[in-house]
Amino acid sequence: MSFISSEKIPNNVNLSSDRKLQRALEEWQPNFLDWWMEMGPDGFQKDQIYLRTAVSVDEGGWANFGYVRMPEYRWGIFLTPAEANRTIHFGDNIGAPAWNEVPGEYRKELRRIIVTQADTEPASVEQQRRLGYTAPSLYDLRNLFQVNVEEGRHLWAMVYLLHSFFGKDGREEAEDLLKRRSGNPDSPRILEAFNKPMEDWLSFFCFTMFTDRDGKYQLGALAESAFDPLARSTRFMLTEEAHHLFVGETGVGRIIERTAQLMKKDPNEDARAQGGIPLDLIQRYINYWYSTSLDLFGGEDSSNAATYFSQGLKGRFGESSDKRYPNHREIDTIYELEAPVEGGARLEKQAIPTRRAMNAVLRDSYTQDCQRAVDRWNKILQDNGVKVEIRLPSQRFNREIGLYADLPIDPAGNLISREAFNAQKASWLPSEADRQFLKSLMNKPVHEPGKFANWIAPPKRGIENLPVDFEYVRFEPR
Amino acid sequence: MGETNQTFERINFETSPERYRHIKLEINGPAATIKLNIQEEGGMREGYQLKLNSYDLGVDIELADAVQRLRFEHPEVTAVLVTSAQEGIFSAGANIFMLGSSAHAFKVNFCKYTNETRLSIEDATANSGQTYIAALNGIASGGGYELPLACEKIYLIEDRRSAVALPEVPYLGVLPGTGGLTRVVDKRKVRKDRADIFCTLAEGIKGKKAVEWGLVDEVFPSSRFWQEVEARVKQIAGAGRPDRKGVKLTPLQPELREDGIHYRHVKLLLGPTPRTARLEITGPAEIPAMPSDPSQLGADWYPLRVFREMDDALLHLRFNHPEIGLVLVSVKGDSDKVLQLDAQLQEHRKHWFVNEVLLFIRRTLKRMDYTAKSFFAIIDQGTCFAGTMLELALASDRAYMLDAKDVTIALSEFNGGAYPMGNGLTRIQTRFLNDADHAAAVAKLRGKLDAAEAEKQGLVTAAFDDIDWEDEIRLAVEERASMSPDALTGMEASLRFAGPETLETKIFGRLSAWQNWIFQRPNAVGEKGALTLYGRPERPEFDWRRT
Repeated sequence: MSFISSEKIPNNVNLSSDRKLQRALEEWQPNFLDWWMEMGPDGFQKDQIYLRTAVSVDEGGWANFGYVRMPEYRWGIFLTPAEANRTIHFGDNIGAPAWNEVPGEYRKELRRIIVTQADTEPASVEQQRRLGYTAPSLYDLRNLFQVNVEEGRHLWAMVYLLHSFFGKDGREEAEDLLKRRSGNPDSPRILEAFNKPMEDWLSFFCFTMFTDRDGKYQLGALAESAFDPLARSTRFMLTEEAHHLFVGETGVGRIIERTAQLMKKDPNEDARAQGGIPLDLIQRYINYWYSTSLDLFGGEDSSNAATYFSQGLKGRFGESSDKRYPNHREIDTIYELEAPVEGGARLEKQAIPTRRAMNAVLRDSYTQDCQRAVDRWNKILQDNGVKVEIRLPSQRFNREIGLYADLPIDPAGNLISREAFNAQKASWLPSEADRQFLKSLMNKPVHEPGKFANWIAPPKRGIENLPVDFEYVRFEPR
Repeated sequence: MGETNQTFERINFETSPERYRHIKLEINGPAATIKLNIQEEGGMREGYQLKLNSYDLGVDIELADAVQRLRFEHPEVTAVLVTSAQEGIFSAGANIFMLGSSAHAFKVNFCKYTNETRLSIEDATANSGQTYIAALNGIASGGGYELPLACEKIYLIEDRRSAVALPEVPYLGVLPGTGGLTRVVDKRKVRKDRADIFCTLAEGIKGKKAVEWGLVDEVFPSSRFWQEVEARVKQIAGAGRPDRKGVKLTPLQPELREDGIHYRHVKLLLGPTPRTARLEITGPAEIPAMPSDPSQLGADWYPLRVFREMDDALLHLRFNHPEIGLVLVSVKGDSDKVLQLDAQLQEHRKHWFVNEVLLFIRRTLKRMDYTAKSFFAIIDQGTCFAGTMLELALASDRAYMLDAKDVTIALSEFNGGAYPMGNGLTRIQTRFLNDADHAAAVAKLRGKLDAAEAEKQGLVTAAFDDIDWEDEIRLAVEERASMSPDALTGMEASLRFAGPETLETKIFGRLSAWQNWIFQRPNAVGEKGALTLYGRPERPEFDWRRT
């Protein structure tokens, strides 16, 4: 019982009187710490990081700041407070009371949804574990670790659901979450995007911008769920997720800002010559991470998506609040999209039942959100006098899942010949040369407070209104 | 003909000779006679007449009761003659208008029940020393020939008129599904091509040819038919067993309450999860000493009483609770007492009454195997799944065990062979088909097994401690209750009977499955289907494509 106390594990789920949860956590918690030491951020576990910790669901309770060594971080379990008499508000069970327990008939679907979501949380920590060695500033290093510990907490949030509502199977699934390893061919993470290595900070910022934003939309869809503990758990996770997206959007934005400055400085407007990251390379990384993240939403035409919606397990983003969705049943409605026909020879407008298109509907919301960030980046370029613009590629570009998987489609969304695609691929997607260039640029960390690597601009302000040159990480003597 | 919208009327499965309407049971020393004299106006429900000794479920309930009572109440009897009280007709089989107007589920359960009755006739011949003999004093057609097929001998009157026939295929576009097809080739070993002709020849086969083809054993002309039959019955019966004193099967008289059916040792409770029932069985309270003649223990003796209640409950489940898909089985009591009782039964199993009780338990367990419901055994506090009662857990599709102190299961001698399934194997052999050595070793296990040991030996599906127990059971129950009832029925019927085929598994697994498929097909039950149009002037129209 030594590990398991409400002091060490802040929570609002009555851990101290929940024998079942205590027992499950007694086994799981030491394994989690072993996993964190083995697969968490490499090289910085003894240092003091200025982190925020969620200690309650009260206003402000989710953001307590202070120095902490990461292995001593207090990973907690929080659900947004329950709404009285909540009812199911979409699908076939509209009006029925929301479920406080998993109905046996939806057990396998819910378990699959939760395990898939949960698996992404430790996976991203594993992907990012060596980035600390090349951090462009203490501010960024601290943000990396903040993202990492909160992904860890999101794992706890999902494991809480598995432990509390799925019995023995749930405990086994929770153990497996600590056994899979990002990129390990024998025991890979469930979703492919989470098996790709993350070797540089441009990738990290793109990941937190685009891939974590998929997370925002998945969590948002689950926050509508008829399974109330899942809805409440994901709602609380969303408050933390916002910071990750902030890290991503401003990270890419600060690189773009710096690139614009260096372009002005250079007689040929060549940022690369000035030790910066050229815009075309940034565009290629955006193309790659955006399209890879689109795959995470699943197929455009999906019977699973229809099942999840009709059963009330997963809604649309803002299902209960967004005026775009007046129809919460979507029985006889359709969704139109350009689909490949004649074995991928051309694209043609096709209609699929809306319920089957729920992945595409969620993806559309996501794309609009990404576009808003891209507009802000373009404003930075404009403000710095650069005429070039960043563009989101078409949703059809570079897809490995769904209707457009493996089709030769250009960033504008046109179906082109395989030859033409291959010829231009290197100008659309990151190449080995790009990776080598970034590696050469990001070859050592910047550890002096207030200093930043040459390829990135400092942020406008620091964390929690602290100065930018605050000592966000205190290193133990090496 | 179409399905009528049948109003829900509880079917009662208890009857007794003084209440029979359709059959007459006569005892004459070592020989008994069951005479079919089916009352045209005596159908179980409106809408059909039981002409030409055709039968419905009501008739078969009487027949099953007679077979059962002969074993327990008339153990002195060694030969049972089955014949008809109606001139020129033995039986025209199951009533077609009744079948045509029945809901699918009823048809299926009706066929299952009649098949079980015929198997119990063969069981009596093989294991109770009561040889069944059919004297066909007139036409025996369809189910009217399938009943004689379950008898050890078939004698047919030779009057240039009376024949045996299986006209279902040519007349009705369905099968002789009460074991007819199977017994013709598997039991009477009629050559395949002859059987093919016989089963497509509506008018049937009579006289010498019927003997030559093996469809009947002997034919006798009208003038000396009864004389010859009687001589043979006398010879088969021999002296009988006058020393045996029968045991009267007293009525069970269960109490019907709001929450279900309450017997003395068994409760069948409905809910609380929708489509779910609980079969709660109470173990033996006290074990009386074995009297010098065990039959003095009578019908109230626990092992007989509890399985009669169980048998009745299974029939109620099948016919009166079609919406129940999952049955949670529990046995509460003292497992030492169950084991003590098993030891007593084992010691005296050579006595006819003890033997009859064991045979009856075996048939009831088979009835459970053949019931189209999911069974989960729930082994928790106070459980006494031991020996004979453990068979209920082994017969279940899954067994969940609480991992806690004092929750144990145990085996007895009987788990190793007293209650073979329809496939001829014990439930333990069937369970461990991949490892005969393990099956043999498990059957020899003695003493109490806790959850960990039971799980290790493969005797339970899963063990959960008290923290998980409630949730796991709830999830398993809700999940099961949500799946397609048809798919589950097919799945269970396939998974339960691993191992060899027997006449019995062929009847329930092959003949019945095909019959139930045909019963759903337009060629039988569509607007222009053969079963629908039977007795009408129009000809059926078939969809000629084979599947």
